[in-house]
Amino acid sequence: MSAVDTAEPAGGTATAPVVTARITPLSTVQHGALLTWRSLLKIKRNPEEVLGLTFMPLMFVALFVFVFGEAMMGDWRAYRDLITPGIIAQSVIFATIGTGVALNTDIEKGIFDRFRSLPIARSAPLIGAILGDLVRYLLTVIMVMLVAVVIGYRPEGGVPGLLAATAVVMVFAFALCWLSAFMGMLLRTPMAVNIFGSVWMFPLTFGSSAFVPTDQMPGFMQTFAEVNPVTHVINAMRELLAAEPAGESLLWVAIWTAMITAVFFPLATRAYRRRA
Amino acid sequence: MTDAIRAEGLVKRFKGQTALGGVDLTARTGAVLGVLGPNGSGKTTTVRILATLLQPDSGHAVVGGYDVVREPHQVRRQIGLTGQYAAVDEDLTGTQNLVLIARLLGFSRSAAKVRAGELMDRFALAFAADRPVKTYSGGMRRRLDLAASLVGRPSLLYLDEPTTGLDPHSRNELWDVVRTLVDDGVTVLLTTQYLEEADQLADDIAVLDRGEVISRGTPDELKARAGSQVLQVRPLESARLEQVGRIVEDVTGSEVRSGEGAANASVTDTTVMPEVVRRLDDEGIAVAELALRRPSLDEVFLALTGHTAENVPDSGGAAGAAETERTHA
Repeated sequence: MSAVDTAEPAGGTATAPVVTARITPLSTVQHGALLTWRSLLKIKRNPEEVLGLTFMPLMFVALFVFVFGEAMMGDWRAYRDLITPGIIAQSVIFATIGTGVALNTDIEKGIFDRFRSLPIARSAPLIGAILGDLVRYLLTVIMVMLVAVVIGYRPEGGVPGLLAATAVVMVFAFALCWLSAFMGMLLRTPMAVNIFGSVWMFPLTFGSSAFVPTDQMPGFMQTFAEVNPVTHVINAMRELLAAEPAGESLLWVAIWTAMITAVFFPLATRAYRRRA
Repeated sequence: MTDAIRAEGLVKRFKGQTALGGVDLTARTGAVLGVLGPNGSGKTTTVRILATLLQPDSGHAVVGGYDVVREPHQVRRQIGLTGQYAAVDEDLTGTQNLVLIARLLGFSRSAAKVRAGELMDRFALAFAADRPVKTYSGGMRRRLDLAASLVGRPSLLYLDEPTTGLDPHSRNELWDVVRTLVDDGVTVLLTTQYLEEADQLADDIAVLDRGEVISRGTPDELKARAGSQVLQVRPLESARLEQVGRIVEDVTGSEVRSGEGAANASVTDTTVMPEVVRRLDDEGIAVAELALRRPSLDEVFLALTGHTAENVPDSGGAAGAAETERTHA
């Protein structure tokens, strides 16, 4: 049954609540947590959405490894080890589009109007949506990782490497979801958010070190790929998974994450205040 | 007793277009204020400002004793909002939707569950309490949406076109709910483009047209403004409608509107009736229907705005559209 029904048995009639006279940081956290619970319920209600999100990456793992593996590296196992972090990063990055789409849908359906007419923290619906999405991203990481392990992926870095790599991609996704949220506020329809979101996720993910070493690309693409933050995320993950020093890659990830957040967090929250 | 809503000179522009051009509204505590107007007249914008979702460009509004711009949180503590579209989460069950709102309003877990249960019962949704809302019918969604706006027992309820798109049965049900709420002392601001709805529910009506209140009063006062009675004459042969129109205009001295095969004219003096009959007889016109009736609010609206509620002219085309509504004899 639903999470609601786990509440303690009810007694008497509902008493009128004490709505705080003003918004405190504590109430913001409480409201944010409640709306995160809503996002998680939605994931539970729509398990096919998470499955749908992970289906593509699963196909990518299987097809890329077994179709291109031998041709690319002469050994599909070596290619599997190369692209697993890339596919994890790619699937999480694509999953961030869902954040903007979901926000846009909530606005369009008037659900945010309802929340905003309640005496709750203005940022709570946004916090709830994004925290819930982080859980969705994490599920995606776990699914892809499981498939990789099933076909024999055993990274040197073991569990600590795996956790560290997951942390890196999650931090980056957290930064990107503000960009997605911004687009979700800016564009008119969920469909538009989806299209605009996808359009430039493709060059970002394929124009990176995800599937081929960047030194095999022609000059201009190589330059693009080496600046591309996704390349740094994937390199950091690879290094952590291989138990190699990842300092430089991590530094770049930190810089990019900070820059993306610095630009899009204020833009997204401002657009949210205006539109939602 | 103070007024529940007092709005003065609300102005709102969107990208250079004036949505509200100085709207004044007053809702008496415990009464139903109907805001009547066609699509695009500024009803929703008005509600959004009064519900703290939008800030007016100028003017101010006091809701439940608090300023909507300066003290939005205090305003939100008193209001419930039901929008044009059922703003409920389709993925959640009906109960979960209500529990979420109750929890956000500070109910404890158990109290939230009890309150949700009460409302699901009251709105005849208990049978579908644990089903996701996406399996609900349109009428059920609206009821849940209304239930959601009542979770915190608001003293002020905004209903923004609550029955748009509902079948007559669901609409009547919703009207009954509104009446019950008013009996409980809730002040209701109802926007509608259905004249009958305002007539049925509202104590006071403000007629909104192109962002301005063009008339206000009780339903009866508004009707009185359009003439006390309407004379309706339907000739047996529709070809003679024009001739009938001329006779009616001649006798009543008021403007004749023809539609659906009948000529309509406002009359204040009902003694014109025999005269009309005599003239029709003289000219040998057979009549299928000859009636005196109360004006519909549609006719009131036409009299007040120069266009019917359903037929919203684009800006600039106003005169032309109004013209096509009237067939001069």
